[in-house]
Amino acid sequence: MLTGLSEKLSQTFSRLRGKGRITEADLDLALREVRLSLLEADVNFRVVKDFVVSIRESALGGNVLESLTPDQQVIGIVRDRLTDLLGGEAQKIQFSSNPPTVILLAGLQGTGKTTSAAKLAGLLKREGKKPLLVACDIYRPGAILQLQTVGEQVGVPVFEKGTASPPQTAKESIAHAKSIGCDVVVVDTAGRLHVDEDMMTEVRAIHDAINPTEVLLALDAMTGQDAVNAAKAFHETLPLSGVILTKLDGDARGGAILSVRQVTGVPVKFVGLGEKLDALEVFYPDRMAGRILGMGDVLSLIEKAQTQFDIKQSQEMESKLREGRFDLEDFLQQMQQIKKMGPLENLLGMVPGMEKAMQGKGGLNVDEGQMKQVEAIILSMTPKERQRPETINGSRKRRIAGGSGTSVQQVNRLLGQFRDMQRMMKQMSQMAGGKMGKKLGKIKGLPGINPMRLMR
Amino acid sequence: MLKNLFKKVTALIGAEKLDEAVLEELEEQLILSDVSANIALEMVDELRQAVAKRQIKTSAEATGFLEASVIEMIGEQTTQLHFAEDSMTVWLFVGVNGVGKTTTIGKVAHILKSQGKNPLIAAGDTFRAAAIEQLQEWGNRTGCPVLAQQAGADPAAVVFDAINSARKRGNDMVLVDTAGRLHNKANLMNELAKINRVVEKETGSPPQETLLVLDATTGQNGLTQAKAFTEAAPLSGIVLTKWDGTAKGGIVLTIRNETNLPVKLLGVGEQIDDICEFDAREFTTTMFR
Repeated sequence: MLTGLSEKLSQTFSRLRGKGRITEADLDLALREVRLSLLEADVNFRVVKDFVVSIRESALGGNVLESLTPDQQVIGIVRDRLTDLLGGEAQKIQFSSNPPTVILLAGLQGTGKTTSAAKLAGLLKREGKKPLLVACDIYRPGAILQLQTVGEQVGVPVFEKGTASPPQTAKESIAHAKSIGCDVVVVDTAGRLHVDEDMMTEVRAIHDAINPTEVLLALDAMTGQDAVNAAKAFHETLPLSGVILTKLDGDARGGAILSVRQVTGVPVKFVGLGEKLDALEVFYPDRMAGRILGMGDVLSLIEKAQTQFDIKQSQEMESKLREGRFDLEDFLQQMQQIKKMGPLENLLGMVPGMEKAMQGKGGLNVDEGQMKQVEAIILSMTPKERQRPETINGSRKRRIAGGSGTSVQQVNRLLGQFRDMQRMMKQMSQMAGGKMGKKLGKIKGLPGINPMRLMR
Repeated sequence: MLKNLFKKVTALIGAEKLDEAVLEELEEQLILSDVSANIALEMVDELRQAVAKRQIKTSAEATGFLEASVIEMIGEQTTQLHFAEDSMTVWLFVGVNGVGKTTTIGKVAHILKSQGKNPLIAAGDTFRAAAIEQLQEWGNRTGCPVLAQQAGADPAAVVFDAINSARKRGNDMVLVDTAGRLHNKANLMNELAKINRVVEKETGSPPQETLLVLDATTGQNGLTQAKAFTEAAPLSGIVLTKWDGTAKGGIVLTIRNETNLPVKLLGVGEQIDDICEFDAREFTTTMFR
């Protein structure tokens, strides 16, 4: 398995650095890593081929060979190119000037059309629109009922005509939307293979019956090389206007999206990030570039932190940390802030290298139940106890354990961990100052943290 | 241009010279089938050596060489599906969302029925909206009883009920449908482990088959899926679905290479009998077609 591309490139170049000037042949060796990494991420073979050629040209045209940090230069070029390829800016849904706006969803079987339809309708509803969901999958058993159920969950009405012909149903849905005052119509269709001529003709007929403003292809983030063939066929049949990249909450790198973008030129508009019906987000090309390269999604993490963390509180916390005044009260606060940012597994997944680091330890498993327990224990303490944990004696521990539904051992464990943490923080703050960087790099158990990189 | 033309002409007269371009094309074909790049490179490297030693001279021979390498890796023998000898047989179907678990169960139930078995289907997907109804429809089509509880019920409890109910009704097998789950969600994988434990406790043995249902369009993530699922519920094989599209499913090669999991069944359509035994030869030929 390949580790992050960034790491690979550093390794390649550091092996070369000893011998002085870097040659074109050396660069090709590095580009081989880029190629493998992109293939590992499921970017289509031919797309990768063209891509690597263009990277090579840019690298030779720039001053990569003379640079002291060729690895970073190459990464920079690759990343910029990927972002360009994915389409610079985030793209929004187009609304028709003559409502209702009609959105048609299509795709292979099992890519998540029905779930995405409901998520999209829910999102539009939160934005103040009045959407209507339309059930045009008359083949898969239970498909209509599924749309009705998820429609109900997001509070959006569902139009269906049982197993009537889908183009007819779609057509009638528009009149129905007008009559009940809906301004957006989201049409769910059956999953179909792009080589199934009858089914492709059908989806075209649905399209022609309703003349949609947006035609979105649901694409599974786990799709491999074949994404190109499917996307091409759908694009030729329908003209697509956008892609919803689904199941991105898995650990697939999602390189298929690059291929689809390359062969259709159609932008990704949304990403699906979970089974909950609010887990649909706008797509940011630069962040996806990082993911495809196996570099984590630091931007999303920072943004999440920025929206959730109170700046003043953070500054206060920082000074407390520095002075070693960090108590259980602060610990609790910190924990609650982290919780606000969403499931821990998702957060950790955004940290570069984290996914790899946690593999073999059962993946990114964070026991949220354990966090709840810790919270309960601290909440069962008096404010004084939280500020001065050393005052907690045997009988207090029994009381706290009883109050939080845990055991004295668990209370002890938490107090022990907290003491260790305090000690570590003191050590870190003592190291603050000029030499902090160097020492941080030497702390055991923190291998691979390059202080220079942290500062950047 | 000229080179291309030359190639076409030589191909016509059937004596295409084996040059680097041909080797690269074969490598491309492997990778486009979702065979992992490192495996594809290795196979083509071996081929390159054979060419250098003049053991391989034409491009037809080269393709044959790679086909043989692929077949060797996935194993030529079809692997049998297992039944319990004297107690209840339980087959568990697992996989990520949208790969076709429910449809596969419907088809498998149909085959088993035609072979004189008498399976009961357990609706272990209590999460996805209308999953139970979808399965019940398959129950109607195949004439197999479906044991279901309400939506949101504990899947392990459904399985417990299903096994006991199968005993009472005289069914000899239980086919367990499970909710699609991404393999990086710890709580869902724990749920799967629990189902596995319930089967073991109730029948005295783990499921005779725990099949990973894998979409043929899946790329390199398939390997991670196989590894993660087998940790929660030890897998015994793969059902490769949607093979009737243009996707070749080459990731099963990597999975076989790294985890030794064989493909046991192939899903080739939406109809009730669109499922067949996995044939390594046919699979490989399709890859190079």
